[in-house]
Amino acid sequence: MKPAPFEYLAATSAAEAAEALAAANGDGKIIAGGQSLMPMINFRLVKPTILIDINRIAGLDRIEKHGERLRIGATVRHRMTATDALVHRHIPILHDAMHHVAHLTVRNRGTFCGSVCHADPAAEMPMMTLLLDGTIAALSIRGERQIAASEFFVGSLMTSLEPDEFVTWIDIDTLPPETGWGFEEFSRRHGDFALACVATTMRIVDGVACDVRFGMMGVGETPLRLPDIETLVEGQAISERLLQDVSEALKGLLQPNTDIHASADYRRHLAGVLARRALRDAWKRATFRKDGPDA
Amino acid sequence: MPEKKITLSVSVNGVAHTATIEPRMLLSDFLRHELGLTGTHVGCEHGVCGACTVLLDGRSARSCLTLAVQAEGVEIETVEGQGSVDQLGRIQEAFRQHHALQCGFCTPGFIMAITDMLRHHPLESDEQIREALSGNICRCTGYEHIVNAVRELARERGPLT
Ligand SMILES: Cc1cc2nc3c(=O)[nH]c(=O)nc-3n(C[C@H](O)[C@H](O)[C@H](O)COP(=O)(O)OP(=O)(O)OC[C@H]3O[C@@H](n4cnc5c(N)ncnc54)[C@H](O)[C@@H]3O)c2cc1C
Ligand code: FES
Ligand code: FES
Repeated sequence: MKPAPFEYLAATSAAEAAEALAAANGDGKIIAGGQSLMPMINFRLVKPTILIDINRIAGLDRIEKHGERLRIGATVRHRMTATDALVHRHIPILHDAMHHVAHLTVRNRGTFCGSVCHADPAAEMPMMTLLLDGTIAALSIRGERQIAASEFFVGSLMTSLEPDEFVTWIDIDTLPPETGWGFEEFSRRHGDFALACVATTMRIVDGVACDVRFGMMGVGETPLRLPDIETLVEGQAISERLLQDVSEALKGLLQPNTDIHASADYRRHLAGVLARRALRDAWKRATFRKDGPDA
Repeated sequence: MPEKKITLSVSVNGVAHTATIEPRMLLSDFLRHELGLTGTHVGCEHGVCGACTVLLDGRSARSCLTLAVQAEGVEIETVEGQGSVDQLGRIQEAFRQHHALQCGFCTPGFIMAITDMLRHHPLESDEQIREALSGNICRCTGYEHIVNAVRELARERGPLT
């Protein structure tokens, strides 16, 4: 289990990385945290001719607020996203989600953008990027292209990035302070990839849910937004009856896989249970925050 | 394809080293084969077991998921920097007292991860301790004694300032 030979470039600017990627003609790979790429390289599942390291490019290691969006640079590590004050304050659901990601040592290295580019269907950050209507900035020698998260994830470990493009930052929505959220994940051991996970946000206006977002992962080839569920909940108060309808609807909407970790039926069952819990939490938090926004 | 070798300068436990290596050499292999520092163990070589954990500029990292060339200019700490058989470091001593190892294969990785934890993490409850330890696998001890050792070390350290 040793990597096949490759060349290595520690790029010092985004332009240098873009040029090297273009020159590699589709056989180059970007390395960020290496926490997903290196296992594949060690197993020789990928054999790049050149690895382009973006860790030494200045200015990509920041989380910044631009209007109503947070911009996460390409070398922002999981540890930073999990502890960043802007994330905690403006997107508490992401703060919560980050605590389900891997383990301390992996969080020290892995990056938010690297996880999104890796596009594991059971990873938290791709799902959160989709839930928060993310925009992915892809750079190549042809210029910068901004890709909506809804157009980015095309399959398991597959994205709409071109071989000569790499990601310099990702923008995601902040949430109005009175927004409630629910994040429910089930995995066998802490830090393992999820068997199923639900993330949802809503506000309460005139006693009913509005601006409902509902995302899932672990139950399909890509992370999912479920507009059918969002429509079902929008304009309703959360009740036992509604939660029952949501679980029923999910059964028809999801086509999870059977693998060594869980059967499709079990995953479908989990989806219903987690959806109920997450929606209830979001409703409770939205009520609480509406009544006392400082709370 | 001819692979271009790269000259690398690193500091390991405060000692400077320079070597010319292939880019594909893993940091774990560099430490073990080039420098002869075999305290860093290699279990799975894909990031799952934690046996190869070292510190890079003070933070824990899997050396099997790091290329040696990526460590240019980095301060590396390995288990050899913790103490010796005659003079155990504090974490090693706590492991001995609490019987926190049996075969010892996982121990260097645990000790380096715990070094990071003690510097940077609250470790106020058993739950926090267990969560922090969750990235390292031990097939012998059942973890109980490792948790005991860390609990004592955390108490001794006191709250993080
Ligand atoms: C033991 C273990 C447990 C884990 N558990 C979890 C978990 O519970 N949840 C979870 O979400 N993840 C988990 N991970 C994965 C981890 O989060 C990775 O850090 C993440 O998937 C990839 O980020 P990275 O920065 O390490 O990317 P890399 O490994 O460097 O790269 C991954 C892929 O993305 C590409 N890439 C990286 N950055 C860019 C960029 N800027 N532009 C274009 N392409 C890019 C690379 O070429 C490669 O194909 C785990 C990993 C390990 C080893
Ligand atoms: S050998 Fe590196 S994590 Fe197992
Ligand atoms: S002591 Fe044997 S694996 Fe941990």
